[in-house]
Amino acid sequence: MASSCRRPEHMAPPEIFYNEEEAKKYSQNSRMIEIQSQMSERAVELLNLPEDQSCFLLDVGCGSGLSGDYLSEEGHYWVGVDISTAMLNVALDRDVEGDLVLGDMGEGMPFRAGTFDGCISISALQWLCNADKKTHSPPKRLYTFFSTLYSSLARGARAVFQLYPENSEQLELITSQAMKAGFSGGMVVDYPNSTKAKKFFLCLFAGVSANLPKGLGTESADKGVPSQVQFTGQRSRFKNMKGKSAKKGKDWVLEKKERRRRQGRYVKSHLSLIGIHFKPRYYI
Amino acid sequence: MCICILYLNVLSRISGSQATEVKVSEVEFNPNFVSRMIPKLEWSALVQAADGLGHLQDLPTELIADYEANEDFLRKVHRVLLEVEVLEGCLQCPESGREFPITRGVPNMLLNEEEA
Repeated sequence: MASSCRRPEHMAPPEIFYNEEEAKKYSQNSRMIEIQSQMSERAVELLNLPEDQSCFLLDVGCGSGLSGDYLSEEGHYWVGVDISTAMLNVALDRDVEGDLVLGDMGEGMPFRAGTFDGCISISALQWLCNADKKTHSPPKRLYTFFSTLYSSLARGARAVFQLYPENSEQLELITSQAMKAGFSGGMVVDYPNSTKAKKFFLCLFAGVSANLPKGLGTESADKGVPSQVQFTGQRSRFKNMKGKSAKKGKDWVLEKKERRRRQGRYVKSHLSLIGIHFKPRYYI
Repeated sequence: MCICILYLNVLSRISGSQATEVKVSEVEFNPNFVSRMIPKLEWSALVQAADGLGHLQDLPTELIADYEANEDFLRKVHRVLLEVEVLEGCLQCPESGREFPITRGVPNMLLNEEEA
């Protein structure tokens, strides 16, 4: 996301904002990679997928594939949809494992009914709330998106959207269109008391009703961590709580691959997997 | 990238895709995953697509019963699903005549102004 105080979706339509320069910036920023990876991890957690099973997932607004990389690490197969050719080209150059489709969320998801076991979307949904063309009607585009998404999901599947809502009217518009399209669910807010750490996840259920997961950093959460120490301690929190090697290190990658092989899951060849994380040009 | 093409809803109505560049790569076989993907496909569309790409080989034209335990069969499906990729080409919907170009393996599903 842009570091200026202006919201990106107010500056230009997404296919123009995410041009080659922005796309390159996005994928070379190690902080950006870290944030996207953490949000993807949380989104997948909220998907509540069956354990130890490779699923077929949809990544809406996949961009340069930062979130998709996390899905591949977890052994899932995925299809990413994005409107920016520049971002998708970066994804192709980074040799992501998922399949990519150039498309506009607001025109609908062009997939067969019941295809996906789940859907995630990181920082993309807010782009649907602005009319970038005279012909655009945000409520209509939101509805088209949600209704086609609903049909493309398997029964009982979930769709989790990480977003930065501009205001409550926007949230209201989004949730009402999602409900109209047949979804149930609601907002999960992590660390509601911390301005820096606060994250919004719209959690939608297709075909079944379920209890909404609890947000992190709230008193009743199992993994509750005091909001004051959350942000700086975030890396070590992930390491300590799971007792595994530091994320992204070579040991971590090799352990993960070994674990997946033991589970009989899909593991990509050694060279390409290590290559993604250790090409020098992606570290500043 | 073949797998997503098979799940695009236009494919269910395609009578023959015109591919100009196809690549076959080696992908690790996950029988459990392939088995779960089969019910989501329209079998005749899969056969048509494979044939159109010149990669039908020994894929059965009818879906066999008890495929979950049939490793031989699952490997044939795995090949078409995950190993055959359309890098450059065009998907065409026979109903509308609409064409969706594929570049570097990425299908372009963007509608024009008039179609939106």
